[in-house]
Amino acid sequence: MKQLTNVIAKGAAALPFLLFSHFLSAQQAAEEVSSLNLRRGATDISGQVYDLHMLMFFICVGIAVVVFGVMFASMYLHRKSRGAKPANFHENVKVEIAWTVVPFLILIFMAVPAANTLIAMEDVSEADMTVLVTGSQWKWHYKYMDSDVEYYSLLATQREQIENKFEKTDNYLLEVDRPLVIPTGKKVRFLITSDDVIHSWWVPDFAVKKDANPGFINEAWAKVNEPGIYRGQCAELCGKDHGYMPVVVIAKEPAAFEAWMGEQEDIVRQAKEEEQRLLSMNMSMDELMKEGERVYNTTCAACHMPNGEGLPGVFPALKGSKMALEDQKGHIEIVLHGKSGTAMQAFNKMLSLKEIAAVVTYERNAWGNNTGDMVQAKDVNDVAMGN
Amino acid sequence: MSKATDVISPDSSVHHDEHDHHDHIPKGITRWLFTTNHKDIGTLYLWFAFIMFLVGGAMAMVIRAELFQPGLQIVEPNFFNQMTTVHGLIMVFGAVMPAFTGLANWLVPMMIGAPDMALPRMNNWSFWILPGAFLILLSSLFMEGGGPAFGWTFYAPLSTTYSGDSTALFVFSVHIMGISSIMGAINVIVTIFNMRAPGMTWMKMPLFVWTWLITAFLLIAVMPVLAGAVTMVLTDKFFGTSFFDAAGGGDPVMFQHIFWFFGHPEVYIMILPAFGIISQIVPTFSRKKLFGYASMVYATASIALLSFVVWAHHMFTTGMPVYMEMFFMFATMLISVPTGVKVFNWVATMWRGSLTFEMPMMFAIAFIVLFTIGGLSGLMLAITPVDFQYHDTYFVVAHFHYVLVTGAVFSIMAAVYYWLPKWTGKMYDTTLAKWHFWCSLVSVNVLFFPMHFVGLAGMPRRIPDYALQFADFNKWISLGGFAFGLSQLIFLALLIKACRKQGEPVSAQVWDGAEGLEWEIPSPAPYHTFDTPPVVK
Repeated sequence: MKQLTNVIAKGAAALPFLLFSHFLSAQQAAEEVSSLNLRRGATDISGQVYDLHMLMFFICVGIAVVVFGVMFASMYLHRKSRGAKPANFHENVKVEIAWTVVPFLILIFMAVPAANTLIAMEDVSEADMTVLVTGSQWKWHYKYMDSDVEYYSLLATQREQIENKFEKTDNYLLEVDRPLVIPTGKKVRFLITSDDVIHSWWVPDFAVKKDANPGFINEAWAKVNEPGIYRGQCAELCGKDHGYMPVVVIAKEPAAFEAWMGEQEDIVRQAKEEEQRLLSMNMSMDELMKEGERVYNTTCAACHMPNGEGLPGVFPALKGSKMALEDQKGHIEIVLHGKSGTAMQAFNKMLSLKEIAAVVTYERNAWGNNTGDMVQAKDVNDVAMGN
Repeated sequence: MSKATDVISPDSSVHHDEHDHHDHIPKGITRWLFTTNHKDIGTLYLWFAFIMFLVGGAMAMVIRAELFQPGLQIVEPNFFNQMTTVHGLIMVFGAVMPAFTGLANWLVPMMIGAPDMALPRMNNWSFWILPGAFLILLSSLFMEGGGPAFGWTFYAPLSTTYSGDSTALFVFSVHIMGISSIMGAINVIVTIFNMRAPGMTWMKMPLFVWTWLITAFLLIAVMPVLAGAVTMVLTDKFFGTSFFDAAGGGDPVMFQHIFWFFGHPEVYIMILPAFGIISQIVPTFSRKKLFGYASMVYATASIALLSFVVWAHHMFTTGMPVYMEMFFMFATMLISVPTGVKVFNWVATMWRGSLTFEMPMMFAIAFIVLFTIGGLSGLMLAITPVDFQYHDTYFVVAHFHYVLVTGAVFSIMAAVYYWLPKWTGKMYDTTLAKWHFWCSLVSVNVLFFPMHFVGLAGMPRRIPDYALQFADFNKWISLGGFAFGLSQLIFLALLIKACRKQGEPVSAQVWDGAEGLEWEIPSPAPYHTFDTPPVVK
């Protein structure tokens, strides 16, 4: 059965290719075939899903060929212009029972493998490790449950490529600054949730697509067979930049994964030490503005816009706003903790004290907001500690 | 269905005085504003639906223009989302549903031998609140922050906490659309139950009447659920309730359960009358009675009943327990059985008939083939494990456009071509009709067929920009879209000519295989018909 579908699948992969080959050059062919069909993917489950898809596809093609065949034969044979005289029959109980029962049997034939695959997919027990995946507008956050390592993963494609100013590179819109890294050959469980609206975490090569629901946690899993880079996207409309929150997962051999994990833990430790050191240090206005501009453009500009004017009626302007001109403590507070009931998120987890200090300084001095205020990491820490 | 004879009864108690001036047709704008005539109201509905079809289509053109190439060229993502949202709302509530209601108004009384709809003043209202509803919806696009941008499915909390102020207008307009639909449905039910001509028993009713009757019950059952959903969105957003907010004890997934409990029967609301239309047209041009009339009625009823227990197949990725996924998978697969019966019955009706291929038949045949393609991809989507891959990709977009555009919309066009000569008394311009058909048929497939491929290859829906491997197909899809949009202007030209009563006069029967009461009254159909009920033998 599996072999049969494999053989047919190979034929089928070629079929649409033959139909559409006129707009593919021969050279591209090898890569382009996958832009017509589902991928077999990188896990046993995704392979089963692919087989199921091809089985369904051929059953449907078979049904279509029979039904349309009879209809087109009738359109040719029984046309008035060929002198066809209409017959009188208009019911036949036996035929009607047959075409109710036969489709039912075909359905049972489909349902059995589908149910088996589904049960296997939903069995999240006995995982080797767990990653918490949290969606928010418009980025993913990954937290390894067995260590201190956690980070955000943002779109890495340059704004200029999206605006057609630079040429688009190969992984346009499918590249992130920090991909999720997982080991091969291990059952990795994903706990999926959201900080704001509903997102959906999708990696086609793992056949994993699960909604990230705010306030609830979903589960999924993957056991990746081959090392590689696997790319996907958010699959549930989540607002303005829904098209710009890709998922990238790198699967490494277990040894390479452990080495990577070790490095990450070191980085986390160093960052904490750095944070403490910075509390007793002051940055200059130039340093704050430069760092602040960088943080603003990667983190804040999606809603408040690069020019600070926001989107009227949806996202408030920072340029000339009362908050950015007067209330410094409130300004730091809203960046740290967000504002409940709105799209403004809490950034205390995502940004370091230094980064928050820089971005608040930037927002208070850019676009004509010339308050001259300088905010240091220490000030942010004071607000965070409730002083 | 049986032949009827127009027995004019001398019984004066049936023949009231105010109906003496049969064809005194009021003139001017007040004719249309104050009309209680089912034919006038049907015409209003149909023109309104066609205008909305063009407006919603123009939005689709914006979407396809932006997606012609990767990168952002024409619109900003926020406006793109408004276009996909309002396109969906307009096509569902403004184009397809009013078109079917218009056809019901024109045809149901004529088919069952009734003089008019049972509740003519309510009929006037159920139409005239619609333009207001859509003006409200469209005007929200010009608000600060723009119109609704959360998809026509308005999933919470994107539509509550995270939406713009235009949500209030969206909710209000959906309420009005719902009221209009419910009033229309009540009218259809009351008319069919009470106003059938003597001898028009249940199992003699034309299938279009049957499918609309069942549709009307679906409407009454689910439109209040939609009203409940939008009301909860309204109070969550503006009055501090937490129906869909976990922080206040609510559940965002509950929104989806409520929405799709409305949404899935809604899908059948948009296709059952289409089944009825095709079941009228195929026998006429096959010159043979419909095969399996009774099984068609039962199949329609079972599809309608099953439509209430499959809603969560739209939600397989929301994280349901595995037994629920199984239940909704099997229930959904089951729907393909009665749907298959319908297709087989149409093919069996054509088999050994005497076929001719006038324009209604061409659209009906295109419907059968292309709707079946959409039905088969629907069967694939029912299989939960693979739905995880298809869900929210262009494969789904391809699927529902095959059933809604080449399904519902093609059936409406087939219906217009079939009954237009009866309405105007003149044959439409057959050359324009052929151009319209062939241009539409080719372009609609260039438009929607490649969507299967980009969907399988991994392109999510509702995105304004996409990765480079989807670029080739998207170019074709957009070109197909523009061509399909332009093709509808041919239809517009044809309709304007027909409404100016240009063309060859037609006989009462119009098509030589046509049977049923509407083909026994003169063409064009008089302003008032069946003042005295015909007797159906």
